[in-house]
Amino acid sequence: MEIIVTILILLMIVSAIAALVFKDLISAIIASCIVSLIAAILFYFLQAPDVAMAEAAIGAALVTGIFIIAVKKTKRFEE
Amino acid sequence: MRKLIGIILLTIIAAGISLSLKEIPFGIPKTIIGNHFINKGIEETGAINIVTSVVVGYRSFDTLGEITVLFTAAIGLGALFSLYKNKKTVIYKEPASLIVYTGCRFLFPIIVLTGIYIIIHGHLTPGGGFQGGAIIASAFLLMYLGCTGKRINYKLSTIAEAVGGLTFITLGIVGLITGKDFLFNFISKGEPASLMSAGIIPLIYMAIGLKVGSELTGIIDNLIEKSQ
Repeated sequence: MEIIVTILILLMIVSAIAALVFKDLISAIIASCIVSLIAAILFYFLQAPDVAMAEAAIGAALVTGIFIIAVKKTKRFEE
Repeated sequence: MRKLIGIILLTIIAAGISLSLKEIPFGIPKTIIGNHFINKGIEETGAINIVTSVVVGYRSFDTLGEITVLFTAAIGLGALFSLYKNKKTVIYKEPASLIVYTGCRFLFPIIVLTGIYIIIHGHLTPGGGFQGGAIIASAFLLMYLGCTGKRINYKLSTIAEAVGGLTFITLGIVGLITGKDFLFNFISKGEPASLMSAGIIPLIYMAIGLKVGSELTGIIDNLIEKSQ
């Protein structure tokens, strides 16, 4: 259990850094979506399924969708 | 240079947070009110999900405030986009591929059904009005992204939002008339762990689900259609 949580936290940090580094904004959005998704899994491991559900629905689904709409209406690549 | 300063500041903040969290023992109930919610929550509110018994039972007035905050945010977004007067609504010209289109149409009812299930079983299983409403809104987002050209019915969405808000307030006022306080649980609590239990809690959660779902869908609709 400890090992799984450690791997998930490391993955979360890596994808958070990747979201900052990527120049392609769609890739950055997907990386930040992965951060939210892993946060939801960690909330579930901490026995907070209510928060996990809200995090997965809002953080991973709705916010990602809204960001994708914003990118589609502006520019895809960062200068 | 700016990046270096940023990294140093972030490290200091991270060290501060981790040092302060180290002092707090994790998962040990300490407060009197927390112990009261855990031990007496089921018999006082009838909801076997303790989180629901706090959110919609003991602290339902705060939940009304949260709903109002979301409502104000949706109104603000709508007002901001109405300033632009962009008459020609921009709909994406390129249609989605057949696989995406069919997949979205196949998944849409399943996601909506999951959201409704989570709303109705809010007092029994994890979840509730906010989570279920957000899931229903994400189903509509999928329709907007996958099936281009389809739009929601504004009148129906407005009616759903109004019905949700009115039901919440009406239940509160009925509690004020029949019982003692605003949002008093005036329906009998029933047998715990059955679907028809916990008095007004499932009704309030259905109202919240309607309101949150239609508000978030309205926000997405505003972002897709009005902005350019």
